[in-house]
Amino acid sequence: MLRGGRDAYWNRKAREAVERRAKAGSLYDKKAVDDIKKGVKQWHEEVYRGWTEKFPEARQEFQTATGIKVKPIYTPADVADSNYSDQGYPGVFPYSRGVHPTMYRGRPWTMRMFSGYGTPEDTNKRLKLLLEHGETGLSVAFDMPTLYGYDCDHPRAHGEVGRCGVNVSSMKDMQVIFDGIPLEKVSTSMTINAPATVLTCMYAGVAKKQGVPLARLRGTVQADMLKEYIAQKEWVYPPEAHLRLVRDLMVFCTKEMPRWNYISISGYHIREAGSSAAQELAFTLADGFGYVELGIEAGLKVEQFAPRLSFFFNSTMDFFEEIAKFRAARRVWAEVLSEKYGVKDKRSLLMRFHTQTSGASLTWQQPLNNIVRTAIEALAAVLGGTQSLHTNSYDEAWALPTEQAVEVALRTQQIIAEETGVPSVIDPLGGSYYVEWLTEQMEEEAYKYFDRIESAGGLLKAIKTGYLQKEIAENSYRLSKRVEEGKDSVVGVNKYSKPERKPIETLKIDSRAQKSQVKRLASVRGKRNGAKVGTALAKLGRAFEDEDANSIYPMLDAVMQYATLGEIIDVGRKIFGVWTEPMIL
Amino acid sequence: MPKQIARSERKIRVLVAKPGLDGHDRGALVLARAFRDAGMEVIYSGLLPSPEQVAQMAVDEDVDVVALSLLNGAHMTAFPKVKRLLEKRGGGDIVVVGGGIIPEEDKPKLMKLGITGLFGPGSSFAEVVQHVRERVSKERWKR
Repeated sequence: MLRGGRDAYWNRKAREAVERRAKAGSLYDKKAVDDIKKGVKQWHEEVYRGWTEKFPEARQEFQTATGIKVKPIYTPADVADSNYSDQGYPGVFPYSRGVHPTMYRGRPWTMRMFSGYGTPEDTNKRLKLLLEHGETGLSVAFDMPTLYGYDCDHPRAHGEVGRCGVNVSSMKDMQVIFDGIPLEKVSTSMTINAPATVLTCMYAGVAKKQGVPLARLRGTVQADMLKEYIAQKEWVYPPEAHLRLVRDLMVFCTKEMPRWNYISISGYHIREAGSSAAQELAFTLADGFGYVELGIEAGLKVEQFAPRLSFFFNSTMDFFEEIAKFRAARRVWAEVLSEKYGVKDKRSLLMRFHTQTSGASLTWQQPLNNIVRTAIEALAAVLGGTQSLHTNSYDEAWALPTEQAVEVALRTQQIIAEETGVPSVIDPLGGSYYVEWLTEQMEEEAYKYFDRIESAGGLLKAIKTGYLQKEIAENSYRLSKRVEEGKDSVVGVNKYSKPERKPIETLKIDSRAQKSQVKRLASVRGKRNGAKVGTALAKLGRAFEDEDANSIYPMLDAVMQYATLGEIIDVGRKIFGVWTEPMIL
Repeated sequence: MPKQIARSERKIRVLVAKPGLDGHDRGALVLARAFRDAGMEVIYSGLLPSPEQVAQMAVDEDVDVVALSLLNGAHMTAFPKVKRLLEKRGGGDIVVVGGGIIPEEDKPKLMKLGITGLFGPGSSFAEVVQHVRERVSKERWKR
C-alpha cells in the first residue's frame, strides 16, 4: 500500500467486495428472500408507482452525501448475500458491532474536549482547573507557528502566536504548561503532527526533570503525516523525511515509551477538507495500512505497535452514512490486518477511534442551529460505536468558542449518554436492512479506492502526484455546487435564510501571548549553554543524515539543552529540504 | 496606458491566496474553481506564501483582485500587511477581498483599509463572485 508494487491483494478484495463475497451461509432462507423480492416488486408496481404518479416525490433521485443512490426502501433482499459472521458480536472479530463486549453499558465514551490558546501559563491554569474537576485526560492544541515548526520570534510567526493554540518554542514552555502536574498521573493528548517528534521529546524532557520514568508516560501525539499531505497540509519536509521521523518515533516509543500512542490516524481533516464519507474511510484506512507497513519495514512486529495506533474520524450530517462508515471501518481494519498482515493478537485488530463532530458543517448564519447539527452528528458517532467524542461549539464558524458554547457542546454529549437510552443496547442499528446495506457499500467503496491507490503506484506516490488531494478538491467543489444549486439544503444558508444577522458573543484573544513568548525565548537563549546546544544540534544533523540511525535519542538530548523547536526543525530543513505541494487546481 | 486599456476590457484576473501559516485550503480551492467557472482567470498562490510573496505575485501577475483566505485567526495581521505591501509595490489599484473565520468586530477595521467581502464559511459563490465583479468594475471605472 505505502510504496506500491501492484499487490494483487487489493484488487482481489475490491472485486470480492463488489461481488459481496458470496461465501456460503446467507443470512436468510433462499425461499424467503425470493418471496420478499416478489413482494418488493409487487409493492413497487401496485402501490408505490401509482402513488408517486399522483404525489411525486420531493426529488427525482435520492442519494447519500457520498453520492450513493438510495432506494425508497430496503428489505432482507438487499442484504441477502451477507453473512452474519461479517456483523458478528461486540468484542468479537470482525468487530462491526463494536470493539468492546459491553460497549456503553460498561462505561460511556470518553467526553474529550479539545481546546487551547494563549500562553503556556494560560494553558497550565486551564489544565490544573480540569484536573481539579476530576479530569485526567488532558488535551492540548498548539498555535500555527508551533505546528509549522517556527519559533515565536520568527518573522513568519508574527501575528500568529497563541492564536489557535498554545505556543511552544522550547522545552521551557512545556515545563510551564505542565508545571505542578505530575506526568505519571495524567494522560496527555497533543494535537501535533510535523513537529510531533520534537514535542514528544519535550514532554519526555519534562518527565525526566520531574523524575518520572519515560515508560510510565501516557498520552497521544497525532503524528499522522500522511493525512497532512492529503488534507490538513501542515508539513515541513518532503513526505519521505517525515515518514522516516515517524518511523524513528515508532521504534523509540516501542522501546522507551511503550504506553505512548504515537500515531492517531486521522480521517477528520480529510473529511473537513471536503472529502466524502467513502473517501474519508478509504484514505484513512490506507494511511493506517501505510503505517503498519512502515513499522514492519522498521523491523517491528505488528503486534508490538498496532495496539498503539488509534483512529480519529469525523461525524457529519448524513446520519446513516456516517454510522455505516464507522461500522465498515472497524470491519475492514480487522479483516485486512488479520488477512494481509497476518495479525493474530486480538488487541492489534481492534480499531479504537475518537470522533469529532464536523466543523465544516457549522454555519455562521443562525449559529444556534449548530447546536442541533452537533447533536445529530454526536448521536451518529455514538451509534457508530466511538470510544471518545469531541462536540464542537455552536459559535465556531465565528471564532474560537466561548465557555458557554463549550458547555452546551459538552451537555449535548451528556444528554445523549444519560437521557436517551441509546447506550443501553449495543449497536442498536445493527440488522437494519438499510444500515447493513450501506455498511457494505462503504466497505466496497473503500476497497475500490485501495485498489486505485495501489494502481496509482501506492500511497506515497498518490500523495506526491496530488491524486488524493485532487480527489478531495473535486468532491469538495461538487458538494459546494450542490448547495449553490439548491440540490442539497443547508438550513439558514440556502433555505430559510434571514437577511438580518445578529452578532453573537465571541471569544476575544489578545496579542499579549506573542510578547511574553518572545521574551521567554530570549531568556532561554541567554541562559543556556550555547556550545552544548551547538554540539547537540550537530549530532542531531548526523543522525538525520544517516537513514539507519534513530534520530529521537539525539533530539531528546538537544531538547534537554534547550535547543529551540525552530532550531531543531531547521537542522532537518537543511538536510531534508522543504515540501511544496503539487498544484491541486 | 496600454496596460490599463487592456485591463479594463479583459477577463477579471484573480489571485487566490492564503497569506499565512494555514493549510485549511478547502475554501480557497473551492472559490478558485468557482471564480474560474464564473469566467475569471484564476491564479492560486499554493500553500504557505508570506504576505510579501502574495503581494509580489499579485503585482507580477498583474491581477485585478487578490482574494485572501485565512482560518487561523491571523487575518488582522496578514490581510492589512498584504494590502500595505501591494501599495508599496505599485499594486495600489488591485482590489483586495477576504474571507475565512473573521469575527464581526474585526470587519469594520478591515473594511476601513479597503479589504472587503469578508465572507464566512458557507457563503454562496454567487454572492462572492458578484462582490468581486462589483469591486473590479468600480476600480476600473475610477481610471
